[in-house]
Amino acid sequence: MKIRIKFRKQGIMKFIGHLDIMRYFQKAMRRADVDICYSGGFSPHQIMSFAAPLGVGLLSNGEYLDIEVNSAESSAEMVRRLNAVMSEGMEVLSYRRLDDSAKSAMSLVAAADYVLAFRPGKEPEDIEAFFAALSEFYAQPQIPVMKKTKSGEKEMDLRPLIYRMERVWAVPDEERPAAVSDCVGVSERPSPLAAATGPVRIVPGMTAPSGKELPVIVSGAVNEPSDAVFLQVCTGSTDNVKPELVMNALYDFMGLELAPFTFQAEREEVYADLGGSGEGSRNLVPLETLGEDIE
Amino acid sequence: MRKLALNDEILLSVQQPARYIGGEVNMAVKDPKKVATKFVLAFPDLYEIGMSHLGIQILYDMFNGRDDVYCERVYSPWFDMDKLLREKNIPLFALESQDPVKNFDFLGITLQYEMCYTNVLQILDLSRIPLHAEDRTEDDPIVIGGGPCAYNPEPLAPFFDIFYIGEGETVYGQLFDAYKANKSRGGSRKEFLEAAARIPGLYIPAFYDVTYNSDGTIADFRPNNPCAPEKVTKELVVHMDDAWYIEKPLVPFIKVTQDRVVLEIQRGCIRGCRFCQAGNIYRPLREHSLEYLKNYAVKMLKSTGHEEISLSSLSSSDYSKLPELIDFLLDEVKGKGINISLPSLRIDAFSLDVMSKVQDVKKSSLTFAPEAGSQRLRDVINKGLTEEAILNGARDAFLGGWSRVKLYFMLGQPTETEEDMKGIAYLSEKVAETFYDLPVEQRQKRVQIVASSSFFVPKPFTPFQWAKQCTKEEFLRRAWLVRDTFQEMKNARSLKYNYHEADLSVLEGVLARGDRRVAPVIEEAYRRGALFDSWGENFDNDRWMAAFDACGVDPDFYTVRDRDLDEKLPWDFIDAGVSKEFLKREWKKATEGTVTPNCRQGCAGCGARVFGGGVCFEDKN
Repeated sequence: MKIRIKFRKQGIMKFIGHLDIMRYFQKAMRRADVDICYSGGFSPHQIMSFAAPLGVGLLSNGEYLDIEVNSAESSAEMVRRLNAVMSEGMEVLSYRRLDDSAKSAMSLVAAADYVLAFRPGKEPEDIEAFFAALSEFYAQPQIPVMKKTKSGEKEMDLRPLIYRMERVWAVPDEERPAAVSDCVGVSERPSPLAAATGPVRIVPGMTAPSGKELPVIVSGAVNEPSDAVFLQVCTGSTDNVKPELVMNALYDFMGLELAPFTFQAEREEVYADLGGSGEGSRNLVPLETLGEDIE
Repeated sequence: MRKLALNDEILLSVQQPARYIGGEVNMAVKDPKKVATKFVLAFPDLYEIGMSHLGIQILYDMFNGRDDVYCERVYSPWFDMDKLLREKNIPLFALESQDPVKNFDFLGITLQYEMCYTNVLQILDLSRIPLHAEDRTEDDPIVIGGGPCAYNPEPLAPFFDIFYIGEGETVYGQLFDAYKANKSRGGSRKEFLEAAARIPGLYIPAFYDVTYNSDGTIADFRPNNPCAPEKVTKELVVHMDDAWYIEKPLVPFIKVTQDRVVLEIQRGCIRGCRFCQAGNIYRPLREHSLEYLKNYAVKMLKSTGHEEISLSSLSSSDYSKLPELIDFLLDEVKGKGINISLPSLRIDAFSLDVMSKVQDVKKSSLTFAPEAGSQRLRDVINKGLTEEAILNGARDAFLGGWSRVKLYFMLGQPTETEEDMKGIAYLSEKVAETFYDLPVEQRQKRVQIVASSSFFVPKPFTPFQWAKQCTKEEFLRRAWLVRDTFQEMKNARSLKYNYHEADLSVLEGVLARGDRRVAPVIEEAYRRGALFDSWGENFDNDRWMAAFDACGVDPDFYTVRDRDLDEKLPWDFIDAGVSKEFLKREWKKATEGTVTPNCRQGCAGCGARVFGGGVCFEDKN
């Protein structure tokens, strides 16, 4: 039986690379007593594959892996069992059965959503100007960029690979200034830094209760969460667009250099493309919708 | 969410940020504010090494079993992180709460090998704890050392408040109780150390004075505080099944050296190899019961999800219920994709049968540890492995499909002659001949034999503790002689010979048998940049030699000098169970080439019987 699992990767788990996440899930399957299928031979391995590797440093609310099992209880029970053995920051969201003929998540990946939030202290001085420039950037018919390949660099047009690019508002609708609320498409997604999952800052020179002078550690977003960038880009084995490539192009367009650690990126969803009627039209569906809950 | 001590910019700019974030599966989570005692356990080496260590996992779990203690962990930051912590002025922190190490009540550092000593100083330094115990204030953690190197703690004496001599499962509870009691009556650091000195197995170096003779040997070593005993007796677990063991070992996110469940089947060894410190200090041999091991094997596999379980002991073949245990494990892991690894097995018909069931014969290799090239020298070191047993085992293995053999030797052991050295090549050649003598249809096409030799380092509490160590030049001369002999062998193309670094072994020799006068050298070497010395590529011998020079300490005094049997040794104040009389007898028998039977063949009267358990009482049950 083929199963698709959706999970979140939050908090400290963003520091764990893709290969280690694979090992993590192999062990988690045993801890949760998932009746997973093994390959034969002297070093049997679990039948397991991941949709799209997530870079180190990125958070996610929508990661996928496929497994094959000999038997499974209800989706609710399997989600419960897996979550009982997860470490902090990892959360299984769904466990759904696929058709036996279903293609793997890896081969289906077509697009992904990202939200890029300014890290505290890294917000642009004029946020309205920033988003105005973003609208102009996105409105271009072509966006030529240099992409690194195995044999050097080649020019490519990034524009057709960006499916959506919008402002995400940190404040609720009614508090928004009317003048700007009808610029490019607006998403209602919360900024990832609005949750208390942000980075940690060290404030030097503070004094501990004992009177010792120590760097005191304070958690996360001390600044007000600021507006963020929503991106939907082409993802997969042929044209894989990383959000950082788009942001670099945006900053180039603005005549600025993108400083490292300006944004905290979070992947929100990964899609398959079921195809539309016309040439180049898309019908993107979240990978989990291709499976069904087990009652 | 737990907060981290480091920001993303730091964590994403170092190799393996997972070394510094904690949060692993089965990590203990407590509110540091709600416990009386905060303990941080340090393994002074890289995370990947430290996380592989069973002892730390046992103590971590045991300490956290107490509601009034929160035990956390810290490992040596790698060079990249070391640099960043210093540049950005960030104090070293524990993984669980991410709180600075300096804010803890205890810093416990395990001492598993001598070459980690500069890393001990790094941990203190980065934690901003004064390196010298005498400079610490009421606000500093109590720094306590343990592990095998605590059997000669003297080279580290100035840096520690307490050393715990022996197995950690026994008296930490008493120590925590004493700490709490002292704190609640407002007692000072010194008062606490005095209370600790009264607990068996604990050694407080500041409570002892050493004087030296004009020839540099120790004249006198005696307590300067009425609370400190003349002799400190090692602590040990008498009945293994009563000792604390882990049900939920930590599971790291990244691949570590020992990425598997470790099941300790027994402690100690009956063999009595005369060079082996572990075989002496862990006496007597004590087994776990079969039922106990079955229970823990199942629980630990379940709680970790590891894909491999390894049996741990000094000589697994000596475990009396081994066939039953292996049958159980084979049955238990069937169809679950779990491997069984069986290190330290003697190669014979039984072990070959078991290994063919648990591993891919074509891909795995056989390991023999003859330790010496000739029967004469094997008798000197009391290694009860004969050439016949090696060749018979190899023949059976070749018939079973194996074609890769590893042979481990040691160069520079007492009385070694050129014939003994050449014997390393001769024995390897005989293993190759054994292979090619078999009909070609009954074996693989080619055999690959890899012989490795390390250099002998005399260790405290072994019969060889009086032995003269070779100089670096002599070590290399011997290694080259072996290497050249290998080239003369008929099957040279099937043989490969490796040898370790000689200067590292010489330094290890100084640290292993050093006294308090070696401490300034360690500190000076650290100041000059020595760190991660056990990692060959980071070891800089010149830096160490310059440190010896700067401190006016002659390394030869500790290595190549002849020691008189009556000399006061730096570790003589420790009672490790094996008596000095026994070690002397064994040293004498070694020079005569006389073997001593193992504990099950006959009691050699080593002295460990006084502990009242283990193999010494086996047939009396």
